[in-house]
Formats: sequence, structure tokens, C-alpha cells
Amino acid sequence: MTKSVELQKEVWQELDRIIQEHRGDRAALIQVLHRCQELIGYLPKEVQVQIAHGLGVSLGEVYGVVSFYSFFSTKPRGKYRISVCKGTACYVRGSMEVLERLEKELGIKAGDSTDDGLFTLEVVRCLGACGLSPVITINDNTYGLVRPDAIPRILMAYRPAGVA
Amino acid sequence: MSEVTLTIDGQQVKVPKGATILQAARQVGREIPTLCYLEGINAIGSCRVCVVEVQGAKTLMPACVTEVTQGMTVLTNSPAARHARRLNLELILSEHPNECTTCPRNQNCELQTLAEKMNIRDVRFRGPSHSYAIDASSPSIVRDPNKCILCRRCVAVCEKVQGVGAIVPLERGYRTTIGTAFHEPLLEAACVLCGQCVLACPVGALYERDYTDQVWAALADANRHVVVQTAPAVRVAIGEAFGLAPGTVSTGKLVAALRRLGFAKVFDTNFTADLTIIEEGSEFLQRLQNGGPLPMFTSCSPGWIKYMEHFYPELIENLSTCKSPQQMFGALAKTYYAQQAGLDPAGITVVSIMPCTAKKYEAQRPEMNSSGFPDVDYVLTTRELAKMIKTAGLDFESLPEEEYDAPLGISTGAGAIFGATGGVMEAAIRTVYEIVTKTELPGLDLLPVRGLEGVKEATLTIGDATVKVAVAHGLVNARKVVERVRDKTADYHFIEIMCCPGGCIGGGGQPITQMDDAKQKRIDGIYKVDQCLPIRKSHENPAVQKLYQDFLKEPLGHKSHELLHTTYRVRSRFGSVMEHV
Ligand code: SF4
Ligand code: SF4
Ligand code: SF4
Ligand code: FES
Ligand code: FES
Repeated sequence: MTKSVELQKEVWQELDRIIQEHRGDRAALIQVLHRCQELIGYLPKEVQVQIAHGLGVSLGEVYGVVSFYSFFSTKPRGKYRISVCKGTACYVRGSMEVLERLEKELGIKAGDSTDDGLFTLEVVRCLGACGLSPVITINDNTYGLVRPDAIPRILMAYRPAGVA
Repeated sequence: MSEVTLTIDGQQVKVPKGATILQAARQVGREIPTLCYLEGINAIGSCRVCVVEVQGAKTLMPACVTEVTQGMTVLTNSPAARHARRLNLELILSEHPNECTTCPRNQNCELQTLAEKMNIRDVRFRGPSHSYAIDASSPSIVRDPNKCILCRRCVAVCEKVQGVGAIVPLERGYRTTIGTAFHEPLLEAACVLCGQCVLACPVGALYERDYTDQVWAALADANRHVVVQTAPAVRVAIGEAFGLAPGTVSTGKLVAALRRLGFAKVFDTNFTADLTIIEEGSEFLQRLQNGGPLPMFTSCSPGWIKYMEHFYPELIENLSTCKSPQQMFGALAKTYYAQQAGLDPAGITVVSIMPCTAKKYEAQRPEMNSSGFPDVDYVLTTRELAKMIKTAGLDFESLPEEEYDAPLGISTGAGAIFGATGGVMEAAIRTVYEIVTKTELPGLDLLPVRGLEGVKEATLTIGDATVKVAVAHGLVNARKVVERVRDKTADYHFIEIMCCPGGCIGGGGQPITQMDDAKQKRIDGIYKVDQCLPIRKSHENPAVQKLYQDFLKEPLGHKSHELLHTTYRVRSRFGSVMEHV
């Protein structure tokens, strides 16, 4: 669960501005959530409370929507977003072993982010590159035919020099 | 309204336009099974155990949400419909823990009943089972998501009938559950613990926190003097647990049963309901003279109190400071009664039988210990008491009619009607009128505030004053009134609010029934009790008069303030989650 966050005053002001635009309008919930996540990168508890307050809906309704859609996150995301494909082709060609190795190397589970704020690990559906399965992407870079053993080397490129 | 003619299982039937197949089928005596559907509240067509064959349609249609059309031909019992319904039920059962023998809803479970009706002897599939944590954080309600069939009836009731929205669908797909925001324990959420969700749940996924073991233990303890009080609404509903019709007045048998369970004294919350009228009526007159704060809201419904604390804390001063009759009773049992009976309050256990789950929470509020001991030790719902009576092997129907013990068992018709929406207002008017005018009230029945209409109003002339009153039940209705008060667009003086639809007779601790007219029948029972009592005005209750003479001295006096009045707190409408300001 998210801990209390310290958002900067300007960020709160911008948030309030977005929420005020849709004051009392429950239909705007998803749109507001999108814009707030764009602004902060994720949707901490405090922000969801503020949205519930402004739109006049219960906190349950807000959290229900946030937890329904995988593109909303209640946790801060890392600088690099690693997506492991779990589409059929990738799955049968070993993407779960790749995922396991990633979890081991990063010390987190799918859906989580590393404490240093560097990586977020997630599982996605078919990326449309089945010919290269198993496939992972890290931000805009695509890696095909990935073997679990290749993971440490791939990650190295994203870590600051000198960090194992 | 225009009508539509259709054929159901070969029988012609005429129904109003807009009716569903389910409603039309009922008219010709065909019961189509349902599970996620709750009349007037939840029609989402998700469980598909109600599908029927409609001639010309490509697929089977869910009867609960499909509107009839002119000339439609419906088969409710065709092989295709039967097979599909069975398959859909089996799919639900394939993920369901089969724990009927130890389930709180054993023999009163819609899923169990459907499986029996559809003659399911074997579930052909076995889905993965969940192992969610059971939420027993609150003293009122337990949530067991493992038994949840995701029908969303609880969600609909909480949102549409109570306007609280404490529980909602979370996550999705296989991981979907019903819960609170951020999966907070129910006790931490902005939930009023009314238990309306419990009444709506078809299965054992929501149920009251059971305190029968603790009560059995107290009864078996020779060192404890265990007394019991019964709320007004229990006597017109408990019979349902033993096959009697809703609204059957079972006062005498209820008393007899409690005596046989071993309670030292069987007392009545109706006594302190009468007392509440004296205190609250006096408080109202005082506010009227001193210029407010007005309007004054009644305070006997703990779900309503918690609602105000969470959602409208700015209006807390408008709540009467009177404790609820349950708490007044406890405070007096451990002071006045203890003194009279020569007992040490430390050795007295007070048990309440209540139609309500919120009462369990109320009894545990830290401020409710005026005598130095908790006013009330254990609260059982009507359902839990029925279970104790069954466990003890008492044949309810053949019990004799017995009477409450004196003095805390003596009450009037005014105390009795507390159990129905409008009753507190009517009882208060019967007394306030006579205090102010010193003349007899011409007619005792205040008809405009009776009945199931959501918001009721009346304007009364009392002496030189014109008093405008309002009555609301169910929190969605309450909110309408409260917001008008907040926005200063209402000119009421006195407002009665009951958290539950219908008042306490519809409380979250009452026997669970989907019978349409159960509420009205119970209400009729309540007014029958009132009609049959020799005294029908609280201020004429001789036991209450004696209580003032010997002990309290005067309404709103020093002792009253110490024992019978309370304070409220400000809570967040987002539960324990902090609000950014
Ligand atoms: S919820 Fe119903 S079907 Fe499920 S275990 Fe309980 S009684 Fe049995
Ligand atoms: S107890 Fe009442 S407020 Fe709480 S979840 Fe159930 S229906 Fe909603
Ligand atoms: S808790 Fe009960 S009422 Fe609520 S969705 Fe689950 S089964 Fe339905
Ligand atoms: S299955 Fe992985 S890219 Fe298509
Ligand atoms: S009862 Fe009709 S779909 Fe559930």
C-alpha cells in the first residue's frame, strides 16, 4: 500500500485545477484519473481522496476504478518500465521463466517497482512481435528471443555505471 | 399505461409495458430462479441463472432484465433453458466453498436453495478456490469474500438505499472482490454498520458478528446477574425464524423464551423508549425556547449517528444529545436497578436483543459507560436470539405468553411505536403536546408520519406555536432532508431519522426475507401493539414517573445528563484515510 506522499505545493495546485474543472461531475472520473496520473506518474491515496471529494463520489468508487484498469497505478513507477509479454506465443516459449529471472534480479514482484525508483516490472498482453517471442520491452526498446540468462546483461545497460 | 400481451409456457398474459419476463412469469405462477436480481434495487443481469427461451431470439434471455414485447412467446422450462440455468449455477458452485453445515446462512441461503431446487447432485467442474482474509474488524458485521458470488446486491443497497458507497467492486477478472477502498477493514471505512448489505446478501458472505457464545457463558456463570432488554421491533419479527408470518406479535412468547434461556430479569427497551420521549421532548422544548440549535434531529439510530459523524459533522449540534433507548437502559440497569435490587453493578451483565447490527458498535463506543461499567455488555440481533432459542430446544410456538419484569419492563404504546418509521415523532408529539398545552391530545394517531413513504412531513399547532416536523428513513432519504437543512432551505423544527428503510423493523439484524410486504406487515404489527396497550403516552408510564420521583428527579437534570445524554465526534467521510486540506 502507498505510504503518505509529500507532493509539492505546485503539484497540488495543478491537481486542484484539474479536479475543479470537473467539480461534481462523476462521469469525468476516468478522465480526471488519467490527467492526474499523467501529472504525478501514479495515483497515491491522498490524490484519490481529493478526487473523490471534488467529484462528489465515494472513495470506494474511485479506488474501484483505479484497481479495475491496469494502466492506473497506486504506486510510484520506476524510470524504466519493463513489460514482459504473456501473450500465447511468448508464454509457450518461456516468457514466465524470463519473468521469474527478472523478479529475482530486481528483488520485486510483477506490478511493483524497485526502491531506488529505477525499474517497474509488469506483465502485458501480446506486443505484436510474436515472431521474436519471448519478448520484453524496456521503455521504447524491444528485446526479442530473450533467454533468462541474458537478463543481467540487459539490465546492466540501464543501471548507473558502477552499480552491479 | 399501455399493456402488452405475451405467451408464457402456453398461457396468455397481459402485463404493463416495460415489465420484465420475470414479472410477467410471476403473474402466471411461474417462479423463475434468480440470484443477482433484487427487486427495485439490483438488475444487472450478471448471474444468468434466470435465463429463459424466447422464440425467435438467437440466445437465451435473462428474465430479470429482459422487457416483454407484444406477442412474445416465452418458454421458462424448456430443456435448453433448464440446461443453461443448471450450467450457470454449476459454474458459480465450482468456485464456491461447500461449507453449508458450518455456514451462518445454512438453510437460509439462496444459493443453497437454488442448488436444491435445480436438483444439483454433482458439480462437474472445480474452479480454483480463493483464500481471502475474513474481515472481522467491526463488532457488527463480518465479511467473508470467499463465499461471495459477486452478485453486487450489497453494493447496490449501500449505494442506492443508503447512499454510503462503503463497499464496491474492486480489481477485475478472477481477482474481482467486493470490498472497501484500499481494502481497508470495514471498521476503518466510512461505513455506518447498518447491515442493510447483510440483508441483501443471498449467501453467507456478509453476516452479523456472533456474540451468542459470550452470552451463553454469562448465563452459565453463577456469579453474574444477567438481565436482558428487547427492542420494540424484535417482537414483530422473531416469529419469522419459526415459520410465523411477518408482523405476528410474539411479545409474550419472546419473554417466555428469554426466561427459559436463564435471564434473571426480562426487561424491555420500550421502557427506555418512553424515557427517551421525556428527555428528548424536554430537550426539544428547551431548544425551542432558547432559540436552538434547530431543527433537532432524533438520535436513537446508531447507524444514523455514525452517518452524521462521517458525512455531515458540521450539523452535529443539531443532533439530540439523548442516548439511544438501548444505552439509556444499560446505564439505568447498572445504577437505578442495581440500587433497587441491592446488586453490585460489577456483577450485572446487560444483554440487548436488537433488530440492528449498528447497535453492536454503539454498545462498544468508549463514551457509553456512564456507571463506570459498559452500559450494555452484549448485543444480539433478532437472528442470533432465534438461534439460541433453537439451540436450547425450545418450541417457540407452544411457549406460553408471559409478561416483562417490573420496573424496567413497563412501557406504553408510545414506546412500542419506536420500532417503525415515524414512531418516535408520533410518540414525542403525544407527550410534547400535553406538556405544553396541559390539555389532552384529541386524537393520538399521527397518521401523516406513518407508512413507508421515504420523507414524510406534518405541520402541527401546539399551543401558540406552529411546529413543522419531518420524518425520513433509509439514508438516501435522510440525506435529502439533511442537505436541505444544511443549505437552510428547510424550515423544520424537529426531524426523526431512522437509518434503515422502514425504521427498526427493517433493521440489519432482523430475520432475512425477500418477501415483498414483510416491512409493511411488521409495521402493522407494531401499531397493533400500540393499540392494545392500556397506556399510549410516555409521560403516563407509571414506572417512568417513579424513576423520576425516586432517582432522576427531573428531565434534563444532573443525573439525566450523567446517565442518559452523550456526545458525538467528527469523523472523515473517507474513513481512516486522511483528507488533504
Ligand atoms: S453460502 Fe450458502 S451454499 Fe455457500 S456454504 Fe453457506 S449455506 Fe452453503
Ligand atoms: S453496513 Fe451499511 S453502510 Fe456499511 S457497507 Fe453495509 S450497507 Fe453499506
Ligand atoms: S457479498 Fe453477498 S451481496 Fe455482496 S456481492 Fe457478494 S454475494 Fe453478493
Ligand atoms: S505473444 Fe508475445 S509478442 Fe505476441
Ligand atoms: S437473476 Fe437474472 S441474471 Fe442474475
